[in-house]
Amino acid sequence: MITKKRGIWVFGDYRNYFQNRVTLQLLSRAKELAAKIDAKVCAVVFGHGVDELVGEYIAHGAEKIYLTDHPRLAVYSMETYTLLMERLARQEKPEIILIGATAFGREFAPRVAKRLGTGLTADCIGLDIDKEDLLLQMAPSFGGNLVAEIVTPERRPQMATVRPGTFQEISHDYIRTGEVVKVPLPEHLPVDRVRLVRLERCPQREQKLEDARVVVCGGRGLGSKKKFAKLFELAELLGGEVGATRPVVYADWAEHDALVGQAGKQIRPQILFSFGISGAIQHTAACNDAKFIIAVNKNPNAAMMKRADVAIVADASQLCNSLIQALKRRIR
Amino acid sequence: MLKLVVCIKQVPMVSELPWDPATGTLQRDLAEGMMNPACRSALDTALRIKETAGGEITAITMGPPMAEEVLREAIALGADRGVLLTDRKMAGADTSVTSHTLARAIEKACPGFELVLCGFSTSDSETAQVGPQLAEELDIPGVAYVDEIEVSGGAVRMRRISDHFLETLEMDLPGIVTVTTGHYAPRHVPLGGLQAAFTAAQIVTLDAAAVGLDSEWIGAKGSATKIRNVYSPTAGKKNIVLTGAPKRIVEQLFERFDDKIGGAIGKDLKTDKNSK
Repeated sequence: MITKKRGIWVFGDYRNYFQNRVTLQLLSRAKELAAKIDAKVCAVVFGHGVDELVGEYIAHGAEKIYLTDHPRLAVYSMETYTLLMERLARQEKPEIILIGATAFGREFAPRVAKRLGTGLTADCIGLDIDKEDLLLQMAPSFGGNLVAEIVTPERRPQMATVRPGTFQEISHDYIRTGEVVKVPLPEHLPVDRVRLVRLERCPQREQKLEDARVVVCGGRGLGSKKKFAKLFELAELLGGEVGATRPVVYADWAEHDALVGQAGKQIRPQILFSFGISGAIQHTAACNDAKFIIAVNKNPNAAMMKRADVAIVADASQLCNSLIQALKRRIR
Repeated sequence: MLKLVVCIKQVPMVSELPWDPATGTLQRDLAEGMMNPACRSALDTALRIKETAGGEITAITMGPPMAEEVLREAIALGADRGVLLTDRKMAGADTSVTSHTLARAIEKACPGFELVLCGFSTSDSETAQVGPQLAEELDIPGVAYVDEIEVSGGAVRMRRISDHFLETLEMDLPGIVTVTTGHYAPRHVPLGGLQAAFTAAQIVTLDAAAVGLDSEWIGAKGSATKIRNVYSPTAGKKNIVLTGAPKRIVEQLFERFDDKIGGAIGKDLKTDKNSK
């Protein structure tokens, strides 16, 4: 058997494991990328008493695990983790390092990239391998209104942080086996210059609007507070949540909680219904992750109509009412 | 007297972006510039520190000559001096090269600096990488995504929310932080400040040679990452237009897109259960 020389590494970011499964999502995509360049999928884990995670990563597709297990690593630490990653990467020379775009990952990755003297693309929403076997990194900019395709042609490793939820994890399979390489903690490890004074877990915030599969959003084009209120009936029929634009919140047709936009909430529903919204960029930037957009507006040239999958030229309030009636007949 | 440095970037004004509707691309050269919102928060944080602990604020920016505008704005708001890094050779820099350029310029123009403040991210390229890489370049302790900061003696105490954890952190100075938006409401420009910004403003302009930078390691030339292509993610959408009476449209919607709508709510909506 010829051993695979190249490695695609995934940083094992597990601190917020139950809310954020980005590491597993990355292992899944790494497996697909590895097939294209004949590379090995490796996970890098720093921590203490994390055997269970090691098993989990192997079950999710990691063929090799680099594990540094030490009491000093029981709590995440930026400087120590950066140092460990730098040393390991210099020694093992991976082709690619993928890091989840968690708050930690987005601070950790640029430090590691800087030390390794290589490039890094932030918060990718797509990854692929191009014709020259380079990692093609799709990065959003201007609130997702533009996507840039970025490569790191010469320097290695090629590095990217990846937005959680971009890829689907593969189902775990405990039949899978993997090699575990224990990497000792280096001697004379410097003490972190940033001191952790206190660490508290935040109470679980409800994220109804952000996590809703269906969002019904309304703007000024609905006409009045009373007409806007109809959206709640529609949302209930669709099992969704109601969002609003800034003028609507200012006019007190909706609570500030419902604001979808740069100053409000980012949404990523399967379906977004957009009623009477012209589509200022501060609003649309928060809707870019919506899978399918149905927009209703009298003005066919409104920005929201242009970016919709289905653009309905009609009075927003009338269409909302028709939709409610039709749904009542169909859902029963 | 604390020596504070605030890194500022001029970004295109988001609400006034000149889009080319045919191609869905941005005409960046026509865009109106403004101070990046998170940089504004970093400046506000520095001004608050100056008010309580005393200090001197240097605002520094890298960009085309017109980026001087944001330095004047910073001075109008209460910064003491500005440093403009401008050189054609610096254009097209990725984050790693940007942090290298800024770090060398800070060392050159602000010797003995104690606290560097940056916005956590910019509204144009949204990488949030320059701050952490600047910490590496300057080899000083650094914390990103800081919500609150307090200076006492030669140290700072910071709070931030990070991946569902509330962290309280401490570091000795010199150090660097990147600041989130929204914690402090931005203040208005005082009239006196405005006057100062245009009469007595101290702005130093430096090019690569003045900073002593090796032209191999700046701008697009020194950058490890290359942009292959830029596109609008919505350009590929079909954009089906429906017109007519609302009732008709709704029928069509269910006929043609039941898989999407019904799929999302887990119900079959194709048939009208009341009609025969």
